[in-house]
Amino acid sequence: MSSREKTWWWIGGLLIVVYCLFPIAWIVSLSFKAPSDIANGQFLPSQFTWRNYSDIFTGTASDLFLPALRNSFGICLIATAISCILAMFAAYAIARLDFPGKTLILSTALGVAIFPVISIVTPLFNVWRQIGLYDTWLGLIIPYLSLTLPISIWTMSAFFREIPWEMEQAAQVDGATTWQAFRKVIVPLAAPGVFTTAIIAFFIAWNDFVYGISLTSTSASRPVPAALGLFSGASQFEDPTTVTAAAAVVVTIPVVVLVLLFQRRIVAGLTNGAVKG
Amino acid sequence: MSTTTLPPTEKTQPVSAPPGGLSDRLKAERRLGWLLAGPAFFVMLAVTAYPILQATYDSLFSYRLTDPANRSFVGLSNYGVILTDPLWWQALGVTLLITFVTVAVELLLGFALALVMAKALSSIRPVVRAAILIPYAVITVVSALAWQFAFDINTGFVNSWFAWLPGVGTDTDWFGGWGSSIFVICIAEIWKTTPFISLLLLAGLAQVPEVLQEAAKVDGATWMQRMFRVTIPNMKAAIMVALLFRTLDAFRIFDSIFIMTNGANNTESVSFLAYRQTIARLEIGLGSAVSVLLFIAVVLIAGIFIKGFKVDLSQARGDR
Repeated sequence: MSSREKTWWWIGGLLIVVYCLFPIAWIVSLSFKAPSDIANGQFLPSQFTWRNYSDIFTGTASDLFLPALRNSFGICLIATAISCILAMFAAYAIARLDFPGKTLILSTALGVAIFPVISIVTPLFNVWRQIGLYDTWLGLIIPYLSLTLPISIWTMSAFFREIPWEMEQAAQVDGATTWQAFRKVIVPLAAPGVFTTAIIAFFIAWNDFVYGISLTSTSASRPVPAALGLFSGASQFEDPTTVTAAAAVVVTIPVVVLVLLFQRRIVAGLTNGAVKG
Repeated sequence: MSTTTLPPTEKTQPVSAPPGGLSDRLKAERRLGWLLAGPAFFVMLAVTAYPILQATYDSLFSYRLTDPANRSFVGLSNYGVILTDPLWWQALGVTLLITFVTVAVELLLGFALALVMAKALSSIRPVVRAAILIPYAVITVVSALAWQFAFDINTGFVNSWFAWLPGVGTDTDWFGGWGSSIFVICIAEIWKTTPFISLLLLAGLAQVPEVLQEAAKVDGATWMQRMFRVTIPNMKAAIMVALLFRTLDAFRIFDSIFIMTNGANNTESVSFLAYRQTIARLEIGLGSAVSVLLFIAVVLIAGIFIKGFKVDLSQARGDR
């Protein structure tokens, strides 16, 4: 590549970074605006304030925000854990064993992944109210599995196919017991795939909005995305925009941290599952 | 148009079981397979098949939650009500419009991003890769809020930044009309999902054999010729998979519309209509019928892709 060409690709890369980060920068900037700045028509605040963050953590909005944050973390982590455990067994069977129904399981996962969430919510809303699962953690964890389980099976099967399973036998030939061979050889090989799958499943659960607003009504189980639409200002005369922006920034921090730490794996997981030659 | 592709490689078939019944070992393997994969399979069915069957059943009743005493069997008349109501056709039209516009733009933009990423110098590649994952990982509601606040007549900066454009001024109310609302919704959707498409296309680009590129170059093919005769035909599988997933995803659009317009100015999508009937109006029967129609539409779209465009998912999945 000539140095001129290099400069062009470099500029192209820079444009992508700006494209990706611009709306995030905007909402961060908005979250630092004082009430007097909300309508100033500018990108940046004229005076910088932490007050929106103190509002959501200790102030008037904390009753709404903190329980929602706890619910989101709890529900998403449990749903992710359950689907990863179920998917681990399924993916092992799909990658290693020869049995009829492999294709059926993978196509079912695909079918569930494209299933319109609203079509699940409508009946669940009615049934959950009758059996007392409405507005509970379990009432969200169960439907969340419809989001996390298919992608987990899909992604993990793709990862497990790449594992050189012969190494297990090789270790046994070298004198390792079955358990040792599994723990010392297979677990380290499979762990990155399981871990990456867990991150992707967590992203998807964290992103849910439809279940969150439809199947909850109080802070007992309402997750953050559903709570984001409900913020009001410190008084009814105050614009809730900046407080909402601060809450939006806080829920974005966990996913950004995961992306920065594990970007290479996440890309492999996303593309392995969907496109593979 | 002639295209350059590598001949399909022969799949090696697994050695079939000896005739005269399965060996015990094979039987045991089959049992173990279902034992391990069964729970996941069962849970997937339980969380989708059961609700859609329940919805189908509910859709046959005139049933309002606030008035349970008057629940009565009405057969298919809920469907009749919906399919003759302009509201449904309006919602379907909006959904199809958003799906078509966003997927088309995302495909072109995503392809451009993938090309840049493929060429990006190794020094900046990790930065670009991390950046491109951010829109994917950010929750849809946050993305919708960011774009809504940016365009909002009171809180936004878009009006003051783009006041030099004809038709835009400090008093432009983007969410005051149908067209401009749809425009902003599309922008938010495109921003959030293009990176995912570009990652899929980047993986597809990496599969295009370098030999073919080199051969075309030696034969004097221009950049455009190499793009349309070599690159794109060889990554068709990746393009189709990206298209299929994104189309189905876009067709289910809900979050952005809920946040940005709440269905005002006829911006309701099919998902939003189902939500409003069931959760807001508590019309379980009608809402269920909309849900079933939405489900049928999704199945139809998937069917058209898989049969019509011959999207080979097993090839895409890497079944060897």
